[in-house]
Amino acid sequence: MKNNRFCPQNRSSLRQGWVVVACTAVGLSCFGCQETNSNRICLVSSLPRTGVSGQVSDEVVQGIRLAIEEVKGRVGRFMLEYRDLDNSASVSGRWTSEGEAANARLAVQDPDVMAYVGTLNSGAARVSMPILNYADLLMVSPANTAVGLTKPGLGIPGEPGVYRPSGRLNYIRVVPADDLQGPLAADWAFGRGVRRVFVVDDAGVYGQGVASLFADRCREKGMVVLAHVSIDPQAAEFKSFVRSVMSADPDLVYFGGSARTKGGQLARDLVSAESEAILLVSDGCRTKAFLDAAGAASLEGRCFATSAGLSPQQSDCSKIMFLQRYQQKYGTCPSNAAIHGYEAARLAIRAIADVGRKDRRAIVESAFASRVDDGVLGDWSIDVNGDTTLQEVSVSVVRNGTFEHEEVVPAADIGKKNVSR
Amino acid sequence: MDVASFLQQCGIGITSGVFLGLMAVGYTLVYGTVGLIHFAHGDVVMLGGCLALAILSFLVPLPVVPLTGCLAVILAAMCSGLFCGCLNVCIDRFVYRPLRDAPPLSPLVSAIGVSFVLMNVGLVWIGPTDRAFPKIFLDTTHSVGGISILMADLLVLAISVPPLLCLYVLLRQTRFGRSLRSIAAITRATARSGEAGKLIGATFFISGFLGGVASVAAGIHATTINYQMGHQMGLYALTAAVLGGIGSVPGAIVGGLVVGLLRAISVAVLGPRWAMASVFLVLIVFLAFRPQGIYGKSKTRGGQH
Repeated sequence: MKNNRFCPQNRSSLRQGWVVVACTAVGLSCFGCQETNSNRICLVSSLPRTGVSGQVSDEVVQGIRLAIEEVKGRVGRFMLEYRDLDNSASVSGRWTSEGEAANARLAVQDPDVMAYVGTLNSGAARVSMPILNYADLLMVSPANTAVGLTKPGLGIPGEPGVYRPSGRLNYIRVVPADDLQGPLAADWAFGRGVRRVFVVDDAGVYGQGVASLFADRCREKGMVVLAHVSIDPQAAEFKSFVRSVMSADPDLVYFGGSARTKGGQLARDLVSAESEAILLVSDGCRTKAFLDAAGAASLEGRCFATSAGLSPQQSDCSKIMFLQRYQQKYGTCPSNAAIHGYEAARLAIRAIADVGRKDRRAIVESAFASRVDDGVLGDWSIDVNGDTTLQEVSVSVVRNGTFEHEEVVPAADIGKKNVSR
Repeated sequence: MDVASFLQQCGIGITSGVFLGLMAVGYTLVYGTVGLIHFAHGDVVMLGGCLALAILSFLVPLPVVPLTGCLAVILAAMCSGLFCGCLNVCIDRFVYRPLRDAPPLSPLVSAIGVSFVLMNVGLVWIGPTDRAFPKIFLDTTHSVGGISILMADLLVLAISVPPLLCLYVLLRQTRFGRSLRSIAAITRATARSGEAGKLIGATFFISGFLGGVASVAAGIHATTINYQMGHQMGLYALTAAVLGGIGSVPGAIVGGLVVGLLRAISVAVLGPRWAMASVFLVLIVFLAFRPQGIYGKSKTRGGQH
């Protein structure tokens, strides 16, 4: 038996074994980031990089990269490394719980990761928030708008406590929640003389939430909510449904959802059926994918979209500098997604810089104490729940084949009124 | 729902039912011949839609002249049909044929695998977003008795019905059709013989051809296509084939119409979110009382073309 260990066959096996060990070690050092590096800090993002949302994610990533470039890839004495993680599956074209959970665990296990920028979808945030919370890792979302993620008493029972198992806060979002966007969209519609609305959502966390808040506010304002219907986002078309919408004769059709959940197809079918109602869509539809699917030409002047915060087209000096840098680098105007990605990354980088060491808890506390007085969307800070203090919603209209800024709706009379879902 | 609205929904249901029927015939022909549920059929149709989109985008500049638009659609339907037919034959040759003697679950799992592969091909081909299908008649609408009829929907019927009539003639009036019907009764042992192999290949080609035509009809009807369209369309078409009696061509067509009508009326009455559930509920209830489907014969498999 002893001699057998030294036979050529076993030596070959031994060599193969060493090759495997070496490859594993190289793999771990390249991809795992498991060992701490004293000169390196890692910022990760977790976004759906394939499917319809891939385009929006691209814009968020462009914003993040611009923020990292601004500091020349360094935070104090540390090299700032960026890892662009994908939480989607190519076949389904949407984020998956498995993908999001794996990304969160990867970030938590890497001692050099000090900030997690994500997620795009509120549903995905529900998966990763508790994982990151245990590790006190700063999570900054550029896009989550579901109210329950941060605001006690407004979401489903148990929210947002279930996302904070450690009892401490680590989640911040730079975009106002749906309790602002939905009601302010209703205020805008009321101001335009709309009195009969037909509310449609995509049956998702985000779409259903914002549409419900819109409908509630419409009722408060005395408008008639003819119906509130969820569509099947897998359906190929909505011709039958659009006939039902038209028979109700609304002044305005509101869609809470995104291009990924068939907002474009719904708009297209409404136009094809010669509906004369105004179409108002939530910020998830304020994308090129929506316009491509709907046919921008047919929506000219009759389709409006809300988006949280001020529009980038309302430029002051700091915004102009950002716009110039962005246009120079990417050759196009930044979308809201790009701006929110930029703001999220900048907030995280500043918090890391302020702390100056690899201390996740201190970085979270620094981020919560941040005041942004040169923000692209205005001046803002973070409230006790982790929400931005931005209180405006911009309304854009489809014009010249793209969304153009129309007006800003301030949160004047929303107050602190609770709108239940 | 008033009578006009009901008739309007019926019109929409029949239009979608016709191309679902075309797809369902594809499922039923393959099942009737080799006893296999060709799960990738919906995705073959999706790829046919991608090709049709490319052809029509090239051939139909705006503004559209109806005659040239119609000719372009016919050309796109033929090309798409040929493409899907050949693709189906390739799938049979390289995926299903080696598994003729395998346990029944092996080809089933392979079919699901092919479906995912094709979906990814579609993703690479047309990208992740909905792609607008060129409008042939620019939303021209005619009103008949208070019911709006889109010219595009008439075009859907115009390109879907002739292939079904041709199939009827092929199966009933030709020697080839009789051979195809007899092959439905073949056993696993003879399925590998040369003659049977050719007839099975022909079945896959016809199935794919009809799917290709259906893809153009679906694109015109929905006005957009995307790389995931095959999944839900495939499910509806498979439902139609089972509802009509799997293995029966007339059953598949009737099943398609029933599914189309049920879906349209469910959307109008219950809302779009419940359309699929209600269609499947009807299927479950119906099959509980008549497991063989509308045209199927009890305790038989295939052989009813």
